[in-house]
Amino acid sequence: MMPMVKFENVTKRFGATVVLDRFDFEAARGEKVVLIGPSGSGKSTLLRVLMTLERVEDGMVMIDGEALWYVRDGQDVEPVTQAHLHHMRAKVGMVFQHFNLFPHMTALENVASAPRHVLGKSKAEAEALAEVLLRKVGLGDKLSSYPARLSGGQQQRVAIARAMAMEPKVMLFDEVTSALDPELVGEVLEVMRALSVERDLTMLIVTHQMGVARALADRVCFFEKGVIVEQGPPEQVIDDPIHPRTQGFLRAVRLT
Amino acid sequence: MHIVWEYRQLLVEGVRITLLITALSAVLAIFMAFASGLARDARSPLLRVPAIIYIELFRGTSLLAQMFWLFFVLPSFGVNMPALACGVLAIGLCNGAYGSEIVRGALRAVPRGQREAAIALNYSRAQTFRIILLPQAARIMAPLFGSLVIEILKGSSLVSLITLADLTFQAKNIILVHLNTTTVLSVVLVIYFLIALFISGGARRIERALSRGVDGAGR
Amino acid sequence: MEFSFELLWEILPQLLRATVVTLEATFCGFFIALVVGLVMVTFMRARARGVRIAARLVMEFLRATPLLVQVYFLFFVLPEFGISLSPFLTGVIALGCHYGAYAAEAYRAGLEAVPKGQWEAAVSLNYGRLATYRHIVLPQALPPIVPSLGNIAIAMLKDTPILAAVTVTELMFVANEIGSERFQYTEPVTAAALIYLVLSLAAAPLINLIDRRLRPQETRA
Repeated sequence: MMPMVKFENVTKRFGATVVLDRFDFEAARGEKVVLIGPSGSGKSTLLRVLMTLERVEDGMVMIDGEALWYVRDGQDVEPVTQAHLHHMRAKVGMVFQHFNLFPHMTALENVASAPRHVLGKSKAEAEALAEVLLRKVGLGDKLSSYPARLSGGQQQRVAIARAMAMEPKVMLFDEVTSALDPELVGEVLEVMRALSVERDLTMLIVTHQMGVARALADRVCFFEKGVIVEQGPPEQVIDDPIHPRTQGFLRAVRLT
Repeated sequence: MHIVWEYRQLLVEGVRITLLITALSAVLAIFMAFASGLARDARSPLLRVPAIIYIELFRGTSLLAQMFWLFFVLPSFGVNMPALACGVLAIGLCNGAYGSEIVRGALRAVPRGQREAAIALNYSRAQTFRIILLPQAARIMAPLFGSLVIEILKGSSLVSLITLADLTFQAKNIILVHLNTTTVLSVVLVIYFLIALFISGGARRIERALSRGVDGAGR
Repeated sequence: MEFSFELLWEILPQLLRATVVTLEATFCGFFIALVVGLVMVTFMRARARGVRIAARLVMEFLRATPLLVQVYFLFFVLPEFGISLSPFLTGVIALGCHYGAYAAEAYRAGLEAVPKGQWEAAVSLNYGRLATYRHIVLPQALPPIVPSLGNIAIAMLKDTPILAAVTVTELMFVANEIGSERFQYTEPVTAAALIYLVLSLAAAPLINLIDRRLRPQETRA
């Protein structure tokens, strides 16, 4: 079967630093992949490349069988037009570490805005959809609250509902529980676990919290310096890592 | 004080002209502030370069010099504009160049995550500007544009030097006839101050209306 | 209509002499503004609430009313009280008071930008009020004030033409006079505008340089 997400020989640099180094990666349709590793190891960059927030210097990135970036020696092999980006972004949704909710919109407006303005749904239709989704994440009573009035955990749940409203095939979670107080992690994790039941939804999750990885992952990938050092099911990579670097990282994480 | 009462009609007429020039100049300035502020950060140099030239030219030369240039020099190139047009054009263009910084600064003050979220939700660039960036930037702009309009009000007094009968012009006329200059000029200063208070009050109300939700007060 | 470079060449010495007056007015006005601003900000931070409010009101009033009318006020009103100053002095004082209010605001912003914890740390180390300002607060408050003061200086330069209204023979006054004598405004007024442009373009890097010099090591980029 064709992979949902595919990186082939991808290189990404920030100035002199190589963040992804001739990187290969695949995720199957519906697979839930958790990416762990020290900060700066390239895992967030992988998500940001998929969301078109970063370009790559070399290699090919495919989503759902279509090339997102196809670059050889710094030159676009397939030219990247606004129309193409628009087409590809429709397949992907993203949830951010710092929520990035729109502060001037209520929770309902945050979720309803893009379906209305991007997908062209009517206001009533978009708001009905938003209400359903907000109820699903347990915020049926916060529809008209502004983000500043919501706790971190509630804001992040709105952000998940907002991304899901666009019906993406791939959902990217970029350290979505890292900015939360410890007692709020559970409610967000619960929502993500509920999402993971959807068989066709591919989820790529970057996290520092091994609890998140254990709860959600079909596969855990340990990153270091732009390459995947070790990967496998969570019980293997987290509980019984083979590679010394993975062992070292996990020891350090457990201490904190 | 009776002098002021005696000449109230002149003063009222002067206030009318002052308000007219301030309002017209403010509209022009805010339009130019947006046009040049957005063009200044555009990708195409065809937009960027003219914006830079406009901004540097009008910020670098003095407002009175610009007004005199339009009023005295332009006719010799065959362009004859009424004094009112010269005044409004000079004040509007000059303050529009200053206002471009307000627009740019406010847009830059919107956190980067907002743009990223808009990309993730597949908004077009125009939609991102209209739905996400502008409403948040407008809140930051409101008080700064309020200050700009007060600068415009103050600048409007210069039109008295190109024959327009604004408040300052009338004040000068009255004191040429009467010697009680202290009273007349004090009253005129207070009138300007009251207009300025009115402007900043308006700007604050607009700011409050735009701040709904943003500051957590849920107003 | 042609632009006559011959005429420009002929009047240039006059314009440059007037530019010197413009610069003198700017420097004198700026110096007065620095002092007036300091006095104002002191009152604005006074212990007594009444003093604070009065100082605030004066500052807002000076900032919200036209410099031109303020210049007229000093020019016509001071003689009524038996004080007669030259037009230059009158104009420079008006300029200094008007922009003194802006300077006060710049000082205030700089002082308020120093975190409260710094004052508390000074108290905990038993610094006196004066010592706190001198060793703790001012070294942190001054660097961010400098660029604001630079902008004020440039703004003052561009407002000096207003002094022409009370016959100060600065650049705009002379340009206008040449224009009305010869019925030929194009060259003098255009040249005057360009001189302002050159001066303010030259001032910006100068202020940047001073700013960089004054900035403490740890905040240098």
